Amino acid sequence: MRSKVVFARMLRNRQTRYGLIALLVLLLLAYVGPFFGPHDWLEKDFAAFMEPPSADHWWGTTQIGQDVYAVALHGMQKSIVIGFLVALISTGLAALVGASAGYFGGWLDKALMWGADLLLVLPSFLIIAIVSPNLRGGSWLWFVLLLAAFSWMITSRVVRSMTLSLREREYILAARYMGIPGWKIIIRHVVPNLSSLLIIDATLNVSAAIIGEAGLSFFGFGVQPPDVSLGTLIAAGSDKVPGYSWLFLFPSGLLVLLVLSVNLIGDGLRDALDPGSNS
Amino acid sequence: MGAYLLKRLVSNVLLVAIAASMAYFLAATSLNPRAKYEGRQPPVAEAVIDSTLDDYNLNDKKPVFERYVTWVSGVVTGDLGKTWQGKSVNDEMGRRIGVSLRLLLIGTVLGSGIGVAVGAFAAIRQYRVSDRVIGVAAFVIMAVPVFVMAKMLTIGAVGMNELLGTKLEYTGEYTPGLSGWDQTLSRLNHLILPTISLCLGQIAFYSRIQRNMMLDVLGQDFVRTARAKGLSRKAALLKHALRTALVPAATYFAFTFGTLLTGAIFTEKIFGWNGMGAWLVDSIQQNDTNAVAAVNLFAAVCVLFAGLLSDFIVAALDPRVRVS
Repeated sequence: MRSKVVFARMLRNRQTRYGLIALLVLLLLAYVGPFFGPHDWLEKDFAAFMEPPSADHWWGTTQIGQDVYAVALHGMQKSIVIGFLVALISTGLAALVGASAGYFGGWLDKALMWGADLLLVLPSFLIIAIVSPNLRGGSWLWFVLLLAAFSWMITSRVVRSMTLSLREREYILAARYMGIPGWKIIIRHVVPNLSSLLIIDATLNVSAAIIGEAGLSFFGFGVQPPDVSLGTLIAAGSDKVPGYSWLFLFPSGLLVLLVLSVNLIGDGLRDALDPGSNS
Repeated sequence: MGAYLLKRLVSNVLLVAIAASMAYFLAATSLNPRAKYEGRQPPVAEAVIDSTLDDYNLNDKKPVFERYVTWVSGVVTGDLGKTWQGKSVNDEMGRRIGVSLRLLLIGTVLGSGIGVAVGAFAAIRQYRVSDRVIGVAAFVIMAVPVFVMAKMLTIGAVGMNELLGTKLEYTGEYTPGLSGWDQTLSRLNHLILPTISLCLGQIAFYSRIQRNMMLDVLGQDFVRTARAKGLSRKAALLKHALRTALVPAATYFAFTFGTLLTGAIFTEKIFGWNGMGAWLVDSIQQNDTNAVAAVNLFAAVCVLFAGLLSDFIVAALDPRVRVS
């Protein structure tokens, strides 16, 4: 069983093990942690504005008296969801577009790859920043779609070139001569054979999306209020640096830890799944 | 070969033209420079607003396509239009490119240079303590987004200024009101923190690429041959191994430099430098249609040039490319 071998190799890798443990701890903190905190994230303590960390407010309070611990964990939930959704969509899109371009060839290949080139030339930051004001009041899911739409192109090129060689393999030829339609071959035979590349790509996309979300939110182009994410919290906190640095340090600390743990997993996965890589 | 290059150039220019046009349409239809005039006290008459906006080619009452044609005919002759205040976009852009270049030239050269050196050093000392420390440090730095890094540097600078009484600057390009030598020193002082924030990520990034490439190259026959014909270890490593292993890093260098011109958004905004990156954000927030279109055009052209530049660098470094 290939998947069992891969899983065993993955767990034997020290980096991946640490990464998985760290991610698990962070997930627990994000989803279970709020229940242990003394305050709800919507609660406003009018007796404590911009208070430094204390026994009552573990990570201090914000300008309007919110508990930073509760708000930051709530924001981290959104960042995690955005990261995983964007990675899922963009890697899925890359697999579908790349595999169909490589498998069908001809004008479809040309059109799809030209579209990918075009999206690469367009600076995604600019487009998202221009479009997002029009989505104000809309759902943050739009933002997820926008981020995903601009992060699949390079992987799709890799997938395409790998599909070109897969297409000539015997089992694919056999399937084709048995009369199985192209889209079914892509889903059943091409994509599963690219799974290790896609898994690695999806993992690294998670951290890229989390950073991308935070970066856009830093200028107010990302997640819009009343939603909060780590990005909006860092943006709000960074104005108060250096005087009230806990507003900035706790959300950015969570962000860095999150990205670090995901990157650790991705790096370890690459070692486990890609026989060509050293170490 | 010539025909292939020409074909590639034409298709790239076409891509840039389409990208710039799409950005113009997007900016022209969704940004609203009119609001800048409507909200004024005392109120401005609508006819006055219309004629002002007409002068700047920003009037949203005109069909978008008509405005686009005016914009393109300007761009073709080298005129990028007017900002919402009626200033020349060209002048503003020239000034800002200068600011960005000053910051980025030093930052990119230092970042990639130190990164390559650190990576090559780590590869030569593979699996020793220094290699591991460099690896872990690079890994951690690459997980820190540049806006967090920049703010951390600010916190650090403030702390250091308080503790040691130093005067490390963390906002703006220079202190106004100084002249001569003091002015130069002040400019240098203002450069320190933004340059570090630009460099650190790049050092981490390049050191990782360079280490991997160097390890690939170190085991190859031509390095052994160089040693066998009597070169010292140092000469063989520097002349043969490092040079070949530089190719991918050089490719990245060309591309990052092309994208950095608008990519130093965070560093420029956080440290208060009015360069191209900061303009990207400011022009969007100020509903400045022509400026947004100009920045976008500039970024696309930069990427195009970066591609050409990387081809040249690879040809200069890699003997195999020159032979074929």
